[in-house]
Amino acid sequence: MKNKKFPMIFVTSALVAGLMAPISSQAASATLDKIKSSGAVTMGVRESSIPMSYTTGDSRFDGYHVEICRMILGDIKDKLGMSTLRINYQPVTSQNRVPLVQNGTVDIECGTTTNNTARAKDVGFANTLYVEEVRIAVKANSGITSISQLAGKKVATTTGTTSVQLLRKHEKANGVNFDEVFGKDHADSFLLLESGRADAFVMDGSILAGNIANSKNPKDYKIVGEVLSTEPIAIMVPKNDPEFKAAVNAAIAKIVANGKMPGLWNKWFLSPIPPKNIVVGLELSPATKNAWANLNDKPAEDYNKK
Amino acid sequence: MALDLGVFCKSTLDGEAVEHCFSSIFGLGQNADPSYLDWLMKAWGWTLAVAGLGLAIALILGALMGTLRTLPDNGKVSRLLVRLSTAWVELFRNIPVLVQVFLWYHVIPAFVLPLKALPSYWLVSIALGFFTSARIAEQVRAGIQSLPSGQRAAATALGLTTFQTYRYVILPMALRIVIPPLTSESMNAIKNSSVAFAVSVPELTLFAMQAQEETSHGVEIYLAVTGLYALSAFAVNRVMALIEKRSRIPGFIAASNDASLAH
Repeated sequence: MKNKKFPMIFVTSALVAGLMAPISSQAASATLDKIKSSGAVTMGVRESSIPMSYTTGDSRFDGYHVEICRMILGDIKDKLGMSTLRINYQPVTSQNRVPLVQNGTVDIECGTTTNNTARAKDVGFANTLYVEEVRIAVKANSGITSISQLAGKKVATTTGTTSVQLLRKHEKANGVNFDEVFGKDHADSFLLLESGRADAFVMDGSILAGNIANSKNPKDYKIVGEVLSTEPIAIMVPKNDPEFKAAVNAAIAKIVANGKMPGLWNKWFLSPIPPKNIVVGLELSPATKNAWANLNDKPAEDYNKK
Repeated sequence: MALDLGVFCKSTLDGEAVEHCFSSIFGLGQNADPSYLDWLMKAWGWTLAVAGLGLAIALILGALMGTLRTLPDNGKVSRLLVRLSTAWVELFRNIPVLVQVFLWYHVIPAFVLPLKALPSYWLVSIALGFFTSARIAEQVRAGIQSLPSGQRAAATALGLTTFQTYRYVILPMALRIVIPPLTSESMNAIKNSSVAFAVSVPELTLFAMQAQEETSHGVEIYLAVTGLYALSAFAVNRVMALIEKRSRIPGFIAASNDASLAH
């Protein structure tokens, strides 16, 4: 069976290689060509990653990354000499975002994807414009100010996030023990903190700030302690299309050079945002400021090297 | 696609391969980091613990409530007990199991403060046990009501009290009759225990969701978890089949699938 199949695979891969070679050498960019010929582009967005990328109702999407992506696509439209460019929004999830960019369903993903080396094997990342810091949220009256005070305490985090592994590593490295409780989603983890089943909630700073802003009494909670981990959140593009990635990065450089970034931060993180007019209230971090000053597409692994 | 089962031998801390796949549980590796296989086994243990505890609660309460629902109408106390058990069954089988789990975890402890001290797996087991007990109660009632009415009449004629009638005449037959549907319910308890992930019990489903995110080997992780669920449910099935065989009394119950008794 194996022997029969092998030549077939060999022939197929030879065929694919033969087909691929002329495409990649002649056509400059498959994505740019597709955008130009179809007059449309598909943007991958998230449903509820406030304020990065989320729906404001009626299949409209908005957010920090979404607005930046619209600027990028506007720049690309001008570059290609097109008069109009239709943007189709495709909601994606944590599970399907990488496959959808890989197979070309989504041309540019503007959500909350961490740029790491594992994903970089499958997709490309534009230069980072937002650096996420993993922090601790506690009740304001708890007196907790640092992760060292959490030993033996109940610490909530969300199933299916990198924070779970981060806590485990911290336990091992410092010989402490947390009593971990797992929420099935961020809202659930926050409920654990709210109801007193957990003493702290460890998660990305923007998610903590968003949940606190949405809570009944935002003053009852605060974000404390050292930064536990730093992760670049980047716009995702197809992997084997350096020309498209260069066009996206050129547009990003233009936006940064025009000094638009502080205004965008102010709009999405410090001002009331639709649909409920809440304020996320997350101050601009030095890490994000640094990413704007030195545009780069370094993966998360480079950030946490010490 | 090719399966990469090596993922189970990786450390849960840094993703590097560990020396022995069972490095932590059996102490094969000296003071080694736990591997995903260690974690999988621990998660399986949690699934079995929650399902086992829930099933124990369900069998006891189910048999009790099912019996109470069939009490003869001969006094205030028995009428009250019938109403109580009927209310029990209708309450717990009309609410989805996931909602019941949330009720026991988030809502009821807000009113009954001592429950806050209970670990979450106890609360899930109670929720799962009460939900399943309503279903078992109905099966036990069906078993009791399937007996010819002459049985009860004969017991009464012999001068047995209601308790003695149930203890020596009705239940020994009814409980044998309901073993096949109880097998299904017991297997359901294993499968329904997957809702425990929602309230932070680190069982198989939670393991699957977390480990597939950390390793990006979702296919292998879900295959292993599926296999363990199937294996656990099948083991329950075999145990129940054994009980069914051991407790059988030839000629006692008409419907027997044993060919030798068919004649």
